[in-house]
Amino acid sequence: MEKKNQFVIAVYVDNQFGVLTRVTSMFTRRGFNIDALTVGETESPAYSRITISLSGDGYAREQLINQLRKLYNVKKVEVLEDDCIQRELMLIKVKNSPAYRQEVLSAVDVYRAKVIDYTVDEMSIEITGDPSKIDAFVKLMMFYGIIIEMCRTGIVALERGSNTLLNK
Amino acid sequence: MKLTGAEILVRTLIEQGVTDVFGYPGGQAINIYDALYKYSDEIHHYLTAHEQGAAHAADGYSRATGKVGVCIATSGPGATNLVTGIATAMLDSIPMVAITGNVPSSLIGKDSFQEIDITGITLPITKHNYFVHRIEDLADSIREAFQIAKSGRPGPVLIDIPKDVQVATYDYEPQTVVEKIPLPLAKQTQIEEAIALLNAAERPYIYIGGGAAGLGMGEAVKELAERIDAYIGCTFMGLSAINNDCDRFLGMQGMHGHYASSMAQKNADLIFAIGVRFSDRATGNVSKYAKGAKIIQLDPDFAEINKNVRVDVGIIGDVFDSFTRIAKGAIKKDHPEWRKTVAELRADEERFTAEAEASSKAPLTPKKIFDIINADKPSNTVIATDVGQHQMWTAQYVQFDNTRRFVSSGGLGTMGFGLGAAIGAQVATGDCTVLITGDGSFGMNLNELATAVTYKIPVVIVLMNNGVLGMVRQWQTLFFGKRYSNTVLDRKTDFVKLAEAFGAKAYRAFTAEEFKTAFDEALKNTDGPVVIDTAIDEDAFVLPMLPPGGSIDDIIVRK
Repeated sequence: MEKKNQFVIAVYVDNQFGVLTRVTSMFTRRGFNIDALTVGETESPAYSRITISLSGDGYAREQLINQLRKLYNVKKVEVLEDDCIQRELMLIKVKNSPAYRQEVLSAVDVYRAKVIDYTVDEMSIEITGDPSKIDAFVKLMMFYGIIIEMCRTGIVALERGSNTLLNK
Repeated sequence: MKLTGAEILVRTLIEQGVTDVFGYPGGQAINIYDALYKYSDEIHHYLTAHEQGAAHAADGYSRATGKVGVCIATSGPGATNLVTGIATAMLDSIPMVAITGNVPSSLIGKDSFQEIDITGITLPITKHNYFVHRIEDLADSIREAFQIAKSGRPGPVLIDIPKDVQVATYDYEPQTVVEKIPLPLAKQTQIEEAIALLNAAERPYIYIGGGAAGLGMGEAVKELAERIDAYIGCTFMGLSAINNDCDRFLGMQGMHGHYASSMAQKNADLIFAIGVRFSDRATGNVSKYAKGAKIIQLDPDFAEINKNVRVDVGIIGDVFDSFTRIAKGAIKKDHPEWRKTVAELRADEERFTAEAEASSKAPLTPKKIFDIINADKPSNTVIATDVGQHQMWTAQYVQFDNTRRFVSSGGLGTMGFGLGAAIGAQVATGDCTVLITGDGSFGMNLNELATAVTYKIPVVIVLMNNGVLGMVRQWQTLFFGKRYSNTVLDRKTDFVKLAEAFGAKAYRAFTAEEFKTAFDEALKNTDGPVVIDTAIDEDAFVLPMLPPGGSIDDIIVRK
């Protein structure tokens, strides 16, 4: 068995109504399990960029890419290099209890996160970084047992250097 | 010139070379039908009994000719009735354009009367689909749909047109027929890798699939097989690509394939696969498939390479071009051992067939029916089928003499496909068309008899009537302790009277002599369908058989 790896795929699609459905419907039909998916505008108004992260073996990766390329509104599919720039944003709401307040604020400082709401019984924190940093922060908050609610955007990623995927 | 959307639609169909369409009108398609009325001297619409019949007819039209089949339905139930037909075309890579009307844009999303999200429903069963928001996009969407349907690996495309777009007016300028997007040509290095494998092989097996069936490669494949001392087998979808009189041809392999063909593939040291997708019905248990063989795979669809089976050389692009270039490099070979092996396999197969035939006490066996059909059918006959035992017997026994003569639902296995598809194929070709069906399948969409009668479409319908759902029954016999759950039809339908009630001719045959008389009479009939109700044994088996999940080592050859 080939070992499972985490990989990131960037997909340029026509910036049109219904295209995201076409992509996600294909995932469902072919049984691909996606860890995270983000979609948004790009440098070209004609295209949207979908960033998909998933774990799987080489076979799964090859199948996913092939099936994506078959969709008519998909213009470009690239597996990003391991050293690509990856960022994710998380909003997390934790209990504002005197027992942990200092620890949380220290963590916010160390992780270069930001407290964006502060009430008598909760703190909301914004943190940006690569997914492993966010994971570590979540783990820490879990250790304190103070998480009320959280949501993560899923990653966006760009390759290093001046090349763009569209002209690659 | 300013035309309405509905007129632009019909003019664009005509512009794209469409002469026949199949469909059914309704509230949100009235404008389209009004335009069809206006241009009826340039495009012929066949009104079917049900939209599913229209979709299958468009599909059959395409299978028999390679042209893009076209069907039309109204919104809501009209559109959903097309779904099985579209999925059938998708699974067998059949180029088809399905057109549906929808409620006006202002009523979309409001659960309006007969509103349905047909582009959403058909997303996974079309190659692509369109909801036309603006009349400005209409003509080009249709042109694109035709191009997508027929380019590369073909498939169905749906265009959903809301009523307001049908009614609006816009400029229409006729254009030429859209060309297929040319397929890439294979890299020479890959061609050379394939040639090296071919030249090193001692037991080569050329394996033809649906991706090669319509390309007219038969003679070229035969020539290569003779030169390199190879044998040829095919998938279900590859049937009729090679004429059965070719002595290198072993027939279909797979779950119900010919013994010699399946065993030769197992024994081969090289499988030269052309336009096949290694479906589970062809490979059996994929982990045990072709373990001793190198595999070369040619396909227009890059996603098919290494999807189901890992291949040694996978070549994407125009398969006929790749094949020709590989064949050019193949050197003449003589493999006496291989010929001996295959001759023994063929002898075994003949023995099994003869034993099975001798063991039957029934006055009319499937084999006798097909012997008569093969002897008496005119050349170039199109054979259509439904799905079940009769379909597999057809695949095993019918002798094909030209490409695109086999019209049958392979991938989806759609019972009820046959009659509509046979109608479409006959309309498209004008050739003798025989539908082989069973009482289960025929019961699903026999309403299309009305269509064949109305338009005087001479389809000869051979109804292999065993009073049971034979294929499922066969599984129940073999794997479910003969618990015949819901497969004994026990219906009182008199198919002769029923056919006559529709206005068709009909015969009944209990013996081979009666069948021959009826079949010969039916072939003479040119002004409408003929039904021949033939009685066969409810426990006749399709053999050989690979048990589900089994491999070729588990092949069952005797009852």
